[in-house]
Amino acid sequence: MNIIATALLDLVDLIAGSVRSRAFSGGVHPEDCKHYTEHKIIEQCPLPDYVIIPLQQHIGAPSECLVEKGMSVKTGQPLSKSTQFVSVPVHASISGRIAAIEKRPHPGGNQSLSIVIENDGKDEWFDPAPDTPIDTDNIDIDDLKQRIQDAGIAGMGGASFPTHVKLSPPSDKPIDVIILNGVECEPYLTADHRLMLEKTDEILKGLHILMRIVRAKKAIIGIEKNKADAIQLMQKKTKRWKKISVLPLPVKYPQGGEKQLIRAALKRQVPAGGLPMDIGCIVQNVATALAVYEAVAFRKPLIERIVTVTGPGITEPKNFRARIGTPFHHLITASGGYTTSDVKIIHGGPMMGITELSDQVPVIKGTSGILVLDQSVSDLSREQPCISCARCVDVCPMKLMPNRIASFVEHDRIDEAVAYGLSHCIECGSCSYICPAKRHLVHYIKHGKALLVRKRNSS
Amino acid sequence: MNQRFISASPHIHDNLNIQKIMVTVIITLIPAGAWAIYLFGLQVLWITLTAIVSAVLTEFVCQKIMKRPVSILDGSAVLTGLLLAYNLPPDVPLWIPAVGSLVAVFIGKQIFGGLGFNPMNPALIGRAFLMASWPVHMTVFDAPLRNNMPVSGIDSVTGATPLAVFKHMREILIHKSDLLPEQVTQAQQTMAELNGAYMKLFIGQVGGCIGEVSALLLFLGGCYLLYHHIISWKIPVAYIGTVMILTTILGENPLFHALSGGLFLGAIYMATDMVTSPVTFRGRLLFGVGCGILTVVIRFWGGYPEGVSYSILLMNLVTPLLDKYTRPKVFGG
Repeated sequence: MNIIATALLDLVDLIAGSVRSRAFSGGVHPEDCKHYTEHKIIEQCPLPDYVIIPLQQHIGAPSECLVEKGMSVKTGQPLSKSTQFVSVPVHASISGRIAAIEKRPHPGGNQSLSIVIENDGKDEWFDPAPDTPIDTDNIDIDDLKQRIQDAGIAGMGGASFPTHVKLSPPSDKPIDVIILNGVECEPYLTADHRLMLEKTDEILKGLHILMRIVRAKKAIIGIEKNKADAIQLMQKKTKRWKKISVLPLPVKYPQGGEKQLIRAALKRQVPAGGLPMDIGCIVQNVATALAVYEAVAFRKPLIERIVTVTGPGITEPKNFRARIGTPFHHLITASGGYTTSDVKIIHGGPMMGITELSDQVPVIKGTSGILVLDQSVSDLSREQPCISCARCVDVCPMKLMPNRIASFVEHDRIDEAVAYGLSHCIECGSCSYICPAKRHLVHYIKHGKALLVRKRNSS
Repeated sequence: MNQRFISASPHIHDNLNIQKIMVTVIITLIPAGAWAIYLFGLQVLWITLTAIVSAVLTEFVCQKIMKRPVSILDGSAVLTGLLLAYNLPPDVPLWIPAVGSLVAVFIGKQIFGGLGFNPMNPALIGRAFLMASWPVHMTVFDAPLRNNMPVSGIDSVTGATPLAVFKHMREILIHKSDLLPEQVTQAQQTMAELNGAYMKLFIGQVGGCIGEVSALLLFLGGCYLLYHHIISWKIPVAYIGTVMILTTILGENPLFHALSGGLFLGAIYMATDMVTSPVTFRGRLLFGVGCGILTVVIRFWGGYPEGVSYSILLMNLVTPLLDKYTRPKVFGG
């Protein structure tokens, strides 16, 4: 009886699975709110009076500081060097005098050792870019990777994993596909969207370099269908290349999640606990591709990025090209300031972004947006008891049971939470978004992960 | 800058909340109740209101005594009262819904910790209590129908719901050797009439509990809930499907069994009670199948003509197990 039931259910799963095709299972449909900035051309943000550059802006080993207080530095000058493979340096993003090397609030939370540079107003470059791009085809692959590391490039989609590490899979894991992530599924954010429209050729050149490095046979550019203009433009520009295809994707959060994007693009599943390279692909953000191109062709380190300053709390939402280290308040002032006195400042998008206590924190390599919500959108409702409505289970893109994991964590039963897949959570927040009881599910899960680390460290 | 809001992500939320869910379910139940008022008369309205008022009062008093935040406005007590009333015959004295709701909310829900913590459907707990305590009130269906009884021969039988008639006739046919040939012929005729009464069953021109008579209105309500993702298709489809398959296998008319009794009310509105049903895909399917099997077993071999409430209550108890053993496989696992 049991066997028959299981077989029947497997059959149902199989049919359901084949109908689903392109999309991952689960996901939510928050209002995309991109209208604030999607048609606004990227503006150069005026240079701030000072920049704050945290030494740790990437995942991995910290880089070692090379400068001292009082020294003068030029734009693009390395401020630190990486001592290990999984590490990238940071660079001066303006020219001026180093005013302080001390702990400052980090947008990711807590305090972090940071280098504060006072602007001398000259913006003198340490290593001025050549007038014509360097021919990248003649550069040796190891050299390319070294340049990418030296330029301080870490994934610009938000996770900030050092790019050269992703480009160095072990020899037994060949990469056949590179997926370029232009999904930008977080509501409000339009930095990648604008970049794809305004820097199309440069992104594609960066993609070629990436493909050459890992010897990929093809590339897929994934873009959500709400960016029709970017899809069209990319399709037009890639028509000549058979190896590159553009994949329009259904608008569903978290379509831009690495594993979800791979599922949609290749119908391959990254093994639980594994990496994309295990199934022969790597995913890079479009902004990262641009940074790679500029680093290789113009010897330009990663000292600026596109930041969307948006939300109902901002007077004049904009897309900025801003130097790394620019304090949030400088960008907010350049966008006309706050619309109201009571605001919620978010580093990143509304689904995964972190609220900031202060607008003195700086833009870092992973800052795709500064979102300011006013009281009307800031949800401050109380938690109600779980009514087992199963919505969180239905929407979880990792097929977990957020209700169970959260309640295990709530009761300090970490082992059971782990057995229910605590570590597999990608923290996309879909469960908390959908919960009718407004339970802070993903928050419990993140807390559980922290408890797990503490527990493993102590034993 | 006056104030900075700090909270964990996500910073936006779906605007559905518990209250909206409850209110939507209640609204979709109103047509079936209105139909019962039309069919059986105004006393149905008084029964329903008594059940609701009693449920809300009980919730309020319990929460005051237990020093918990009062949550009568979330609509869950109203829904419990409403569902309990819908499970009562149309002519019970008013103290029956009052006591039933009290038991439903107090024993069925509040002593376990209130909304979200009850292991079994509170309304069905209330009904089971009434059934065990005052079986006569709960099983006599004397209320005259506006358009007379649909099926001849029913007048002679106590408990005039189609399923009760079915059960009675089935006994006669099983033991036909002990009976006179006329009796057998009459039973066969009645059975045939029962099986031909689809339209009456579907629209609801039959005797039965207040909320269960019109399969059509319940079905429409269910469609609305499905469309708005308040309930999922898994439990109702598995439940009704299982009943139809099993009755076919047992040589009876599947359509008659699907449309009669409390199956639609149970499958759409009570087996899908979120708190007491599984959350996993497979769990919900198995839950529906289990309810279906138990319903058919009770209808054919049990002591009651109707098996929906007890099958749901029994399956409620297996819900934690179903959730535990039907955990979805992690993506990529």
